[in-house]
Amino acid sequence: MASLDDLKKRISSVKSTQKITKAMKMVAAAKLRRAQENAERGRPYSEKMNKIILNLSSSVSDKENAPKLLQGTGQEKTHLCVVLTSDRGLCGGFNSNIIKKAKLFFQKILNENKSLKIITVGSKGYDQLKRQYKNNIIEKLSFKDSKNINYFDANKVGKIIIEKFQKEEFDVCTIFYNQFKNVITQIPQEQQIIPLKSESEKDQTNNESYEFEPEEDEILSNLLPKNISTQIFKAMLENSASEQGSRMSAMDNATRNAGEMVDKLTIQYNRSRQAAITKELIEIISGAESL
Amino acid sequence: MSEEFKVEIVNPEKSFFSKEDVTEVVVPAFEGEMGILKDHIPIISFLKPGIIKVLRKSEEESYFIEDGILEFKENNLSILTSSIIKVSDLSKEKIDKIISDSEKETSLEDLDDQKKFLIDQKIDILRSLN
Repeated sequence: MASLDDLKKRISSVKSTQKITKAMKMVAAAKLRRAQENAERGRPYSEKMNKIILNLSSSVSDKENAPKLLQGTGQEKTHLCVVLTSDRGLCGGFNSNIIKKAKLFFQKILNENKSLKIITVGSKGYDQLKRQYKNNIIEKLSFKDSKNINYFDANKVGKIIIEKFQKEEFDVCTIFYNQFKNVITQIPQEQQIIPLKSESEKDQTNNESYEFEPEEDEILSNLLPKNISTQIFKAMLENSASEQGSRMSAMDNATRNAGEMVDKLTIQYNRSRQAAITKELIEIISGAESL
Repeated sequence: MSEEFKVEIVNPEKSFFSKEDVTEVVVPAFEGEMGILKDHIPIISFLKPGIIKVLRKSEEESYFIEDGILEFKENNLSILTSSIIKVSDLSKEKIDKIISDSEKETSLEDLDDQKKFLIDQKIDILRSLN
């Protein structure tokens, strides 16, 4: 059994850990509010962008000559995966969830004998993937230095992707990120951005004839690269809200667990203190009796 | 019948501007300035650097944009732009800074003509504001 002194030390150490996790939770909660607002405010842009592109692509008459970003290269040999993770740890299952999802996808691709290229955004993703997929990672990015998520950073990622696409280094591009649902649920997502998958192919309600200025093709070829940056920006916003949410609930759990531990240790401490006192008393009494 | 329609301007960070009582909007479309009134036919257009003018009953507001896409449908005008600043918020220093940044960009070599043209246009417009 641990001595009283040891117990005392452990209690105080757990207490100070609790203080840290509590503070982290509070910071995450404050940041979460901002991140969530940002994510929600960013949604209209990407939604509108998507809608316009869908409208456009349904009205492109010459499907054969449509931009490659929309149609793809016609084959599916090389996959590029962009894995968006955080730069900091201590946020529960946030990073591992994305990585798990991504690894599943990687395995599927490799099983089909296709080649795989990976870009990691955020240092935690790189740390987790480098052991298994070191040779597949062609680029690692991290925006540790920028304080807020901004469009400029997303644009940088977008430009790298487009550049690689134009050099025909890959055929299909998929991004992985966490979608923010609420504080306790974040859903890891995979989203194909090149070629563009039109999910709402069925609802042809918006078959309106638009007037275009300049021509459809020209607008499309200008718009598609922008859309990629926009999608990445959206993913980054969702990710940052998810990260804070995930950290908040993880730290909340940690605080609670630490509290439980303190209670348990305190009881143990009191018991052994009592036992020591009783023992001493017995010794004194039996000593007195024997006189 | 009112002559008003809804205008929404969004940038990646947020919904920048949203008003229901707009009577006329003038935008710098790709092939020249374009005015939009109620019941315009559906249109999708590209915007070049320039000034968006939003006219409402009581007031008139101007915004400087660097690029954008415009969609008009069923009396809903949406403008997507990556950078927008209200003209009255543009101070002289800010304008000078954008101009000097843009000039730096033109001096880079790997620019195609179209991009160059757009940047020149941007500089011209900013100069005229100055």
